[in-house]
Amino acid sequence: MSSERTRPKAPRLASMMFWIMLILLYLPILVMLVGSLLEDKDGSLQWTFKWFLEVIHDENLMDALKNSLFVGFVSSLLSTILGTASAVALYRTTSRMYWMMEGLSMISLIFPEIVFALSLLSWFFVLKLELGLQTVIIAHVSFSLSYVLMTVNSRLVTLDPSLEDAARDLGAGEWTILKTIILPLLRPAILGGFILSFLLSFDDFLITYFVNGVGQDTLPVKLYTAMKMGVSPKLNALSSLMFLMTFSVLIFFFRSGSFRILFEEGSSKVRSDEREQTNNLL
Amino acid sequence: MKSRQILAVPAFLWFGLFVLVPLLIVVVISFSTRGTYGGIEWNWTLENYHNAFSWTYLGILFSSLILAVFTTASCAVLGILMSWAMSTAPSKNRHFYVSAVVLPFLTNLVIRIYALRVFVGYRGPLQATLNFLHIPFDPFVLSQNKFLVLYGMVTTYLPFMVLPLYGAFEKFDFSLVEAAQDLGAGPWKILFSVILPNLKKALLSGVLLVFIPSLGEYVIPDLLGGAKNMLYGNLITEQFLKARHWPLGSALSVLMLCLLLGVTFLYYRGLGAKNVE
Repeated sequence: MSSERTRPKAPRLASMMFWIMLILLYLPILVMLVGSLLEDKDGSLQWTFKWFLEVIHDENLMDALKNSLFVGFVSSLLSTILGTASAVALYRTTSRMYWMMEGLSMISLIFPEIVFALSLLSWFFVLKLELGLQTVIIAHVSFSLSYVLMTVNSRLVTLDPSLEDAARDLGAGEWTILKTIILPLLRPAILGGFILSFLLSFDDFLITYFVNGVGQDTLPVKLYTAMKMGVSPKLNALSSLMFLMTFSVLIFFFRSGSFRILFEEGSSKVRSDEREQTNNLL
Repeated sequence: MKSRQILAVPAFLWFGLFVLVPLLIVVVISFSTRGTYGGIEWNWTLENYHNAFSWTYLGILFSSLILAVFTTASCAVLGILMSWAMSTAPSKNRHFYVSAVVLPFLTNLVIRIYALRVFVGYRGPLQATLNFLHIPFDPFVLSQNKFLVLYGMVTTYLPFMVLPLYGAFEKFDFSLVEAAQDLGAGPWKILFSVILPNLKKALLSGVLLVFIPSLGEYVIPDLLGGAKNMLYGNLITEQFLKARHWPLGSALSVLMLCLLLGVTFLYYRGLGAKNVE
């Protein structure tokens, strides 16, 4: 028994389009994955792990991987701390600060990436900051902060306010409530925000390309420069490795449901309901 | 004011220092002059804007606009059809479908573009198939052309259109469709006079979400379009990273931002007027 009635089917053209687009989205990636496992020996194709071994033994690439992991870890740690603190500080407040924060994170979400990149580059130049991993980290925090805010916020608005009220009635102070009630309840969302910003940082190309220092490439920048020369089985293997890394993390988190809040209408609906409530109160 | 609001201060400072101030700096730089070796000299001038409005650059802006419009329109058509199919699928499959559309978007863009290049490239499956069928082709044109850029843009930005539309479809009352069917309406009639009016808001936000990033896109045209198809994002990037003419690059980006803000503003004003009718 389903709680909702079956919906009238969409015309066949719509479902055909859906499957065609899915194939178009995944087919090139599949070809790349297969290509990385093939070797051309005297005109006949053979399965091989050779290209993957070449990638793993390439010191340049491994340095880039280290840079990527370092930048990803530090920047997502920073943005998780900043984002969680600010989300916790501003929830259930109707102050102007809440809307200012919404506006700021909207700006950083919606601005064209290229303007984001070049404005940071100009700012670092004016500040006379030397370009390097430190500037890449600053830039990555700036764009992932709003994603952490969004993730943590969408969990915060679903918390039952009576928990907090009960604690307050029992004499708990603002900080005790935060530490013993709100933060433990937020743990999955905080973790989700951390992973999301790590992925965003790990995958970012354009902004890193603008603000990184000479010789301190991250993996996507290395891949881009190599790609300019054309395609090769080794590059296939590198791309496949990177793709599989991200993809497996994503699958894991999709299954655990941490990301669901980001893509479902529910979270924003809750927030607007709450807005209405607060408006009524005022 | 609650005492915990202090916790928001670091994030505010960060946004201010590394999002707002940089944007202002770009505006300031757009009025400065280029130094002899590519730096910035603080002599105020309008020359950069004079250059930015030259016909060559306006022409590039125009072709970027065309591409952005084509991308947005294709995403809209595909997005409507796809989210319609997704939302009427059996409910146990829907979550899987949404994930399938969103997952590639969360993986690296450069990799996806690379995969596309492998696909159309030398000895790739596409060329092998064409060879097999004895269809003549020019490998250079095949691996770098405008259609490929459009294809890359559409597949990249599709989730921005599908997600809001799918969300709206989920809330849509499908008994309206049944009613229309009972009254004898065909699928296209249903789409245009029953479904779309209810999806207007989601469609319009999807359009903006696709249009804004696609106007300044750099990576996709750079890797799939080749040198012949210069677009605005590439132009701006070249001013910053190759020609090292930051003031001109800044003026070009300010121009693009103004255009985007203008479009967004007109868009919402136009919407407001329509809703009154």
